[in-house]
Amino acid sequence: MRWKLLLPGIVLLAVIWLVSFVTDQPLKGIATEESARPTADLDESIPKVNSFFAKRWAGENLQPVKQADELAVLRRITLALMGTVPSLEEIRAFEQDSGPDRLQRWTARFLHDRRYAEYFAERLARGFVGVEGGQFIVYRRDRFLNWLSGQLEANRPYPELVREMIAGNGLWTDEPEVNFVMAGYDDGEGFNKNKLAGRAVRAFLGQRIDCAQCHDHPFDHWKQNEFAGLAAHFGQLKLSPVGVREDRDLKFEVEDRHTLEKKVVEPAVPFGDQWEPTKGTRRERLAAWVTHPENRRLERAIVNRVWGLLFGRSWIEPVDDLPDPPGEQVAGPNIEGAKHPKSLKAGERDLLDLLGADFREHGYDLRRLIEVIVASKPFLLESKSDSDDVPRLDRMKEHFAIFPLTRLRPEQVIGALYQASSLTTVDQNSHLISRFIKLTRSNDFVKEYGDLGENELEDRAGTIPQALLRMNGNLTKETIDATPFTASGRISQMAPNDEKFLELCYLVCLTRRPAAEEADYFLPLLKQVRPKRRGQAVEDLYWTLFNSPEFAWNH
Amino acid sequence: MNLSRRDLLKAAFASGVSFALPGLDLRAANQRGNERQKSLIVIWLGGGASQLETWDPHPATKIGGPTKSIKTKLPGLEIADLYPRVAEQIHELNVIRSLVSKEGDHERGTYLLKTGYRPDPTLIHPSLGAIASHELPNDQVEIPAHISLLGGQYPARGGFLGEMFDAFKIYDPSNGIRNLKARVGDDRQQQRLKALEVVSKSFQAGRRVQVENTLHQLTVERALRMMTSEQLKAFEIDQEPQAIRDAYSDTQFGHGCLAARRLVETGVRAVEVTLQGWDTHANNFTGHETQAKQLDPALAALIHDLKQRDLLASTVVLCIGEFGRTPKINPLEGRDHWPKGFSCLVGGGGLRSGLVIGETDTEPQTEQDANKSTTLPHDPIEVPDLFATILRQLGVEFDKEVLTPIGRPMKFSSGKPIERLMA
Repeated sequence: MRWKLLLPGIVLLAVIWLVSFVTDQPLKGIATEESARPTADLDESIPKVNSFFAKRWAGENLQPVKQADELAVLRRITLALMGTVPSLEEIRAFEQDSGPDRLQRWTARFLHDRRYAEYFAERLARGFVGVEGGQFIVYRRDRFLNWLSGQLEANRPYPELVREMIAGNGLWTDEPEVNFVMAGYDDGEGFNKNKLAGRAVRAFLGQRIDCAQCHDHPFDHWKQNEFAGLAAHFGQLKLSPVGVREDRDLKFEVEDRHTLEKKVVEPAVPFGDQWEPTKGTRRERLAAWVTHPENRRLERAIVNRVWGLLFGRSWIEPVDDLPDPPGEQVAGPNIEGAKHPKSLKAGERDLLDLLGADFREHGYDLRRLIEVIVASKPFLLESKSDSDDVPRLDRMKEHFAIFPLTRLRPEQVIGALYQASSLTTVDQNSHLISRFIKLTRSNDFVKEYGDLGENELEDRAGTIPQALLRMNGNLTKETIDATPFTASGRISQMAPNDEKFLELCYLVCLTRRPAAEEADYFLPLLKQVRPKRRGQAVEDLYWTLFNSPEFAWNH
Repeated sequence: MNLSRRDLLKAAFASGVSFALPGLDLRAANQRGNERQKSLIVIWLGGGASQLETWDPHPATKIGGPTKSIKTKLPGLEIADLYPRVAEQIHELNVIRSLVSKEGDHERGTYLLKTGYRPDPTLIHPSLGAIASHELPNDQVEIPAHISLLGGQYPARGGFLGEMFDAFKIYDPSNGIRNLKARVGDDRQQQRLKALEVVSKSFQAGRRVQVENTLHQLTVERALRMMTSEQLKAFEIDQEPQAIRDAYSDTQFGHGCLAARRLVETGVRAVEVTLQGWDTHANNFTGHETQAKQLDPALAALIHDLKQRDLLASTVVLCIGEFGRTPKINPLEGRDHWPKGFSCLVGGGGLRSGLVIGETDTEPQTEQDANKSTTLPHDPIEVPDLFATILRQLGVEFDKEVLTPIGRPMKFSSGKPIERLMA
């Protein structure tokens, strides 16, 4: 049992690793006013989006719902960008801000917050490399995430990131972007070129060709040989002592499914041959083709994904199975009866093309893309309507004439729980211990709540284990317990009267003030509470707010 | 200690009253034999059990290793001598010795052996239990209809049927179920719930339809119903007479199998009980000996217990893992992954019994053959066919086409039922 002697050492190493993990993320103050200004020329783009929707709603004979309250929009923004609800500190500052365009300025401020880079990197990474941890020795998802969040923080043009992911060389620890190809590496079988080709096209071009690996796409025009040509671009990948590199002597062979003969397949692209350069390694050529400015699929795919991450529903669903860009002639037969999921009329421009072109013309600036979408009309609409007419509501949802109700991701639920347990903003500047707890507990909670994996934008209803976890879970208890260190405890101690008490709880948990009927219900109850029982009263109220549908859904 | 068969009988007799679990629909729970709605118990051998050390031993051959075989109650059938108790019950089930698959990786193999489909990056297929609970709902059951006990890394999922059909995961039933107790006394709980109604109502204003679609209210109600349900007693295995508990043996897995029987008795549609630890790349033989000490008593007791209670005719039992293990013994005395000819037990639920299907090579293979062999076992059985068989037996239209969320039509099973197994 000699290994037991090593145990203290292992524990020590683990502690060192955890502490360094938490601390090597730089402390940063809330972005300064200077850097957090909205991008200068948003006014060029927002009206274009708004008029697109005005036309569409008129054409569909739909009346959009009213504008939502700004606090409600603020909640959507922090949930989408940072995976949490606004803190009381932020709500107060926001409400005191009387300058013009405050939502736009606050969006810019959050986009410069380290929390955005980290949270959004995780969201995007799901599309790029999936959620699996993979084989630790040869694949480091954590490094990849760090790299991606660094890129978001530096706000590098999107195609540059894509090129580096596809064509990067080196060790997965030093050059974290190569984890994109390492995610397709299997110990026994080496690089899975088919998986990589399928992943690259889904992640960056928003189309699913994976099924063309074995047969022609059932309802699209992808052909098996087109898939093989794409996969051949990964055919010279090699793992060496210095990490990923290209070996120009390698050949890419596929087995003919009928004759079972192996034949060499040369790299080829299914369309847009003229975009693929003749020079460079195979992966460099593929990367150049994928990111060519005329390859509209690239911009359409990222716009659809970002739209999805902001609204909880992508413009076209599923997020990575887009139809061909309207008006683009692609080889292969047209599928009979196939129609554009957004029922585009002939000659009508698709939203993805509009926003995609705007994104490209403005330097592929991801931050700016987010600012434009968040400031445009659909994002500002209420999530409620006077109508109970289901078909009409469905059409309104389809055309974003109402803000969709979507289930919060587990990370958002726990982020919101944590934030609601504190009056100040929980961020990089928070106490080391609370960040450590957040880091370790989040993973357990996410697992128990049910991670949606890559399909996080699918429409989902709640489940019983989730309800049980929210009602009776440890974390709920710990966050609502009224102690001197929790928000609930401090509210119960400090609120000068019942009205304030109620208002604070609502603001912290739901980012709004109680409605009249809610105040009518709670105030008389609170009046009966003896001072000694105030702790219990705040716990009960917190529990109720945590378990309301409003808390667990984006609205 | 040979069979505790007599003890079991005695115990079953003595505990006749325990059929009538309090508070549940007695009609449904007490129905027996063919009258009863069908249920499914999957005994999942996580990691991939060796066919050679379980139901398909080849003693005294080059591939057989030190494992010996014993006779069973089924004339002509011999299984590994690690399973003396199962040998007494195996005639109630059928043995398939020729399952074939192309998936030799744990995750991919598990996917195939839990859903009947190979992994597909564009969708997730539902597991057997999810399909059964989706297609055969039972309003009388207040606890989840699809339960995974001692689940490993890849518990059964609802896939495109939705997360509502994911197996409800209980890692160790003897430790109680997580998050099931309200944190405050009943008075406060009622007050909290009353307040919840007020807050929910305010959110529903203008969002009635949308909020209904979230199923939030419904899941909260069902969670509350479950928290206070008498049917939770199904998990209380310490209510069972000592003799019965002894028969299953006092291991976590034994507890799981006993809980599975109680759950099925209560009306739960599908239970999966996992026994991990079969991935014996090294020390295969001692590893399987250890495993057998848990599997043998629990599985034998489960079959016997179901039979005694006249529940076997309505409960399909499937004992399977993600693949088998190589005929070749590696230098570490281990066996590696082998999807090209492995075994499972299946039976009950009105299936025929006592069949032995398929045969793997009895001739000692050369080392090269063992490594590279592409020859199939005799009478190969494809996984989808096994799944079609089970679904049909449960009363599910196995080839029904459903639309996945992205509108792709997909059959519950792509296989054809194995007619020989049908009674």
